[in-house]
Amino acid sequence: MYTEKVMEHFRNPRNVGEIEDADGVGEVGNAKCGDIMKIYLKIENGIIKDVKFKTFGCGSAIASSSMATELIKGKSIEEAMELTNKAVAEALDGLPAVKMHCSVLAEQAVKSALLDYSKKNNIVIEGLEDFNPDEDHHH
Amino acid sequence: MNKNIYMDNAATTPMKKEVLDAMIPYYTEKFGNPSSIYAQGREAKKALDESRDKVARILGATDKEIFFTSGGSESDNWAIKGACYANKNKGNHIITTKIEHHAVLHACEYLERNGFDVTYLDVDEYGMIDIDDLKNAITDKTILITIMFANNEVGTIQPIKEIGKIAKDNDILFHTDAVQAVGNIRIDVEELNIDLLSLSAHKFYGPKGIGALYIKKGTKIHPYIHGGAQERNKRAGTENVASVVGLTKALELAYENLDEHNNKLKRLRDKLINDITKNISHTKLNGHPEKRLPGNVNISMKYIEGESLLLSLDMVNIAASSGSACTSGSLDPSHVLLAMGLSHGVAHGSLRLSLGDFNTEEEVDYVVENLIDIVARLRKMSPLFENVKEEE
Ligand SMILES: Cc1ncc(COP(=O)(O)O)c(C=O)c1O
Repeated sequence: MYTEKVMEHFRNPRNVGEIEDADGVGEVGNAKCGDIMKIYLKIENGIIKDVKFKTFGCGSAIASSSMATELIKGKSIEEAMELTNKAVAEALDGLPAVKMHCSVLAEQAVKSALLDYSKKNNIVIEGLEDFNPDEDHHH
Repeated sequence: MNKNIYMDNAATTPMKKEVLDAMIPYYTEKFGNPSSIYAQGREAKKALDESRDKVARILGATDKEIFFTSGGSESDNWAIKGACYANKNKGNHIITTKIEHHAVLHACEYLERNGFDVTYLDVDEYGMIDIDDLKNAITDKTILITIMFANNEVGTIQPIKEIGKIAKDNDILFHTDAVQAVGNIRIDVEELNIDLLSLSAHKFYGPKGIGALYIKKGTKIHPYIHGGAQERNKRAGTENVASVVGLTKALELAYENLDEHNNKLKRLRDKLINDITKNISHTKLNGHPEKRLPGNVNISMKYIEGESLLLSLDMVNIAASSGSACTSGSLDPSHVLLAMGLSHGVAHGSLRLSLGDFNTEEEVDYVVENLIDIVARLRKMSPLFENVKEEE
């Protein structure tokens, strides 16, 4: 049911872990639904220097987190803001329809970490004005 | 270990060689339709009659009380809908539990949409019903009690004899879904006061797509499949003779070797439970500590999710199952675990390992060893485990 790419990221997830002095941390999802994603960002001069994640969830949730971190590492904040759930799913060669919410969660986790960074640094990131990380992610 | 380890025997079992051997002639030289009067027909009819007789004897029934069906789901549907529609002049109330298989739950929900009332009994933390709840749920409109013999997810065995007695004393029909019990527990329908009992061959090393419904003599029940006169006018369709022969052979083997089967499975089961709960922190056995099926192990692994656990086990060639939503095809985790009071989060992380006749102690060791590593790896990735200590 999963593509080889999903399984590859599940077997060898990239960027697992925490960043102790992270500049931005975002956590989305809840245990009730069975998925929680937490993303840590290290940002220097508007560039995502490092990113780590921790995920409680199914195979596609772990693979989506892994892929999302890979897609934003080394990118600018603006580029990271352009990350969509579709891009995550496509980079994984697709997700089963019932698992698309995992890619949505990955996108939200990234945005949530960026929002945390913007709040800590009193800056405004374009596109995050209306973002509400506590909004229930849709399945 | 480079072979596949199958520990999902509650989902289905491999067929035994003797069973297949018994079936083959009925596909080829003995292919006749049991309704035909010539030699091939008579030969098939004879096999059918003999099978029915053997199945009846094993269950403490008579041959006229055994009806072959396409499996557990059909038997459950037939028993419940057939009995309710045939007895609706007496009342419209059904009593069941929250932990039944979907074949029972969805049949009851269907009847609810068609004028029947259903009481779904709660269970305790072990998955056991409370007999007083059952007594209190009975009304003068109650026509059917349907309670499973043993649960497919957590293995809990209900007090069937007591339930049967209550049903009998109140003149209410008693159906039990014994799909998981048959082949693991000695059953005498008379002694247990059972009116209707469902069984399915693929759970005891027989073929898939064949089962039976025991219907106690005198029970009012409508046919479920209308058509020809097969199965004493109650279940139409040319009989699946080869599968009936396979079901019967599998049932005979199961009861010939019952003690040996049970002793072996219980030993492996208890070792598996012990080794997992001792070596992995934050684990909890689900189901009843004693009143449980001999091959059932169901353990919650806190802070991890079931599907990623199953995928990881599959990577080391271990087949198991989980109560996680991701594996149930719905958004909610197992209704059985939720009914037992587990939180959603913990229910998502449950693992069911169901042992069978072909499992070995070596396999149990291999599973435990791998599970230790897999759980550690997934917990290291889990944000829920960050502030939790290894020891508790
Ligand atoms: C308790 C229980 N009832 C009913 C069924 C359905 O049986 P079958 O697969 O033969 O339709 C199963 C098996 O999945 C079961 O475990």
